[in-house]
Amino acid sequence: MTILVLAEHQDTQLDDATAKAISAAGRIGGEVHVLVAGSGCQAAAEAAAGLAGVARVLLADGPSLSNRLAEPVAALIVSLAGGYDAVLAPSTTSGRNILPRVAALLDVMQISDVVAIDGPDLFQRPIYAGNVIQTVRSTDAKKVLSVRASSFPAASVAAAAVPVEAVAIPENPGRSSFVRSELSRSERPELAGARIVVSGGRALSSAENFETVLAPLADTLGAAIGASRAAVDAGYVSNDLQVGQTGKIIAPDLYIACGISGAIQHLAGMKDSRVIVAINKDPDAPIFQVADYGLVADLFEAVPEFHAAVAEGAKA
Amino acid sequence: MKILVAVKRVADPNVKVRALADGSGVDLANIKMTMNPFDEIAVEEAVRLKEVGRANEIVVVSIGPEKSAETLRTALAMGADRGLLVRTDAVVEPLAVAKILKAVAEAERPDIIITGKQAIDDDANQTGQMLSALLGWGQGTFASKLVVGDKAIEVTREVDGGLQTVGLPLPALVTADLRLNEPRYASLPNIMKAKKKPIDERTPADYGVAVEPRLTVVRVHEPATRKAGIKVGSVGELVERLRMEAGVLR
Ligand SMILES: Cc1cc2nc3c(=O)[nH]c(=O)nc-3n(C[C@H](O)[C@H](O)[C@H](O)COP(=O)(O)OP(=O)(O)OC[C@H]3O[C@@H](n4cnc5c(N)ncnc54)[C@H](O)[C@@H]3O)c2cc1C
Ligand SMILES: Nc1ncnc2c1ncn2[C@@H]1O[C@H](COP(=O)(O)O)[C@@H](O)[C@H]1O
Repeated sequence: MTILVLAEHQDTQLDDATAKAISAAGRIGGEVHVLVAGSGCQAAAEAAAGLAGVARVLLADGPSLSNRLAEPVAALIVSLAGGYDAVLAPSTTSGRNILPRVAALLDVMQISDVVAIDGPDLFQRPIYAGNVIQTVRSTDAKKVLSVRASSFPAASVAAAAVPVEAVAIPENPGRSSFVRSELSRSERPELAGARIVVSGGRALSSAENFETVLAPLADTLGAAIGASRAAVDAGYVSNDLQVGQTGKIIAPDLYIACGISGAIQHLAGMKDSRVIVAINKDPDAPIFQVADYGLVADLFEAVPEFHAAVAEGAKA
Repeated sequence: MKILVAVKRVADPNVKVRALADGSGVDLANIKMTMNPFDEIAVEEAVRLKEVGRANEIVVVSIGPEKSAETLRTALAMGADRGLLVRTDAVVEPLAVAKILKAVAEAERPDIIITGKQAIDDDANQTGQMLSALLGWGQGTFASKLVVGDKAIEVTREVDGGLQTVGLPLPALVTADLRLNEPRYASLPNIMKAKKKPIDERTPADYGVAVEPRLTVVRVHEPATRKAGIKVGSVGELVERLRMEAGVLR
């Protein structure tokens, strides 16, 4: 068994999701190779080469792969797939964009969002917003799977790094071009890997309140900010902060939901957090059914008080 | 310009679907069914493109049991022109759906195909990308904005770090995300009108596509549910418990 893991990275930096996908690949059993595709991404490849469980790192570094557009990256993976029994990627937006293309070109069913691996061809995955878990056996000769990073531990750093080998890049299919990106810049930890997440819902009622009410608490805790779909739809925060079935799926040590009702689709994104706190003025809000600690209160009073208490503790 | 939209009939997103006691599948008996919410957004986008004169024909297609015709009717009431039901009682996996849609696209020759980003039942998030690959087209997935020109489109996509815009020559495939638009409710007169719009019927075999699944469902179970914890009386108590009991605050 030889497994190819598509790395998630920002060229100069390897994302934590890659280390998690590598440990997931290890559970299938066999030799794990990592493909780093991009432009100017030697640093990310070297970081991957230093992770435990990685046997080889393939580097595809070229202008056609900058911005990791689905068409050229999928063509690259297909060109390498002959040597592999399984192709795996973390189910980030990039992995979700690219991998099904690979699966179709290889004529296999992708197994999406795997949360547990029970054997080389036996996988668990959530359906219906995580209300139900399906165990599937794949009959395809080659497996193509996306894995939910939050369900697997990160591979640790290896004692010695493996070499990085350059691979040939096939011709760009040229069916798409990069126009621009508007990436949200933030000093705060990244939502996907944060230890603590402070999340706000519709009740925050403005972008300004996210900054003045929620942000001080988040910053004192060193936390990332998250949001419900209602808050994102209303434009209070950017789309990449949405937690849920169709946003980011996270499992921090501590998730603090402020003014979020707890719809099924929101719970799908945070119910595996270690400790959940809910602050909501409605005692019957469904979020309390999953919260370890519930506080029935007006968030505009409770959150500043919470902030004052932790700021005080930080000083002491 | 012709637009093809794929719509799936799924369980209503507001119902909590449960696993059958014997673990063989999910219990869909007597559950309210509806159009996949992302597909409503896909239909809405197509209808708006027609309203501004960018598109002149919208064809909607659904693969599924006879009742999927209801989902097609809903799309027709929203403003689509005609429907195609590819009828089957089998569970059709995304790969096979993509193959059927490819055959439909080869017959219909649309300029743009819009699918939902994901079906909220299987949460697979792959059919659109697969279809695009099989057709050899470019793809603009997770779209929150679509700008349509004569020969190309620009799609703004929701990605992990924010937004990315890509340019695609036509024909191209788009998958709709939540913020692309807010779908309309069909008006009563339009629901009446939709009854007269044509819905064609085919089977997967008509397109030469085998629908035998590649994945065998071995078991379906519900994850361990979290138990509700306690209600705290004050912020002071909350902070104290998070520090001393849960150990998540310093
Ligand atoms: C296909 C689909 C996909 C979806 N995907 C997602 C997703 O990924 N993520 C997601 O979050 N949602 C998603 N949703 C939407 C989801 O169903 C809910 O509509 C959404 O989560 C509600 O957001 P909310 O809790 O902020 O708002 P609401 O449900 O309006 O809740 C606001 C809460 O704030 C409380 N409140 C009001 N004022 C105060 C106050 N002053 N102090 C304290 N509490 C207060 C209220 O009691 C209420 O409980 C999806 C829906 C669909 C159909
Ligand atoms: N049986 C089907 N009939 C019509 N469209 C479908 C079907 N299955 C999937 N689709 C389309 O593909 C999208 C993504 O589905 P999935 O890959 O299953 O998450 C949906 O939003 C639909 O637009």
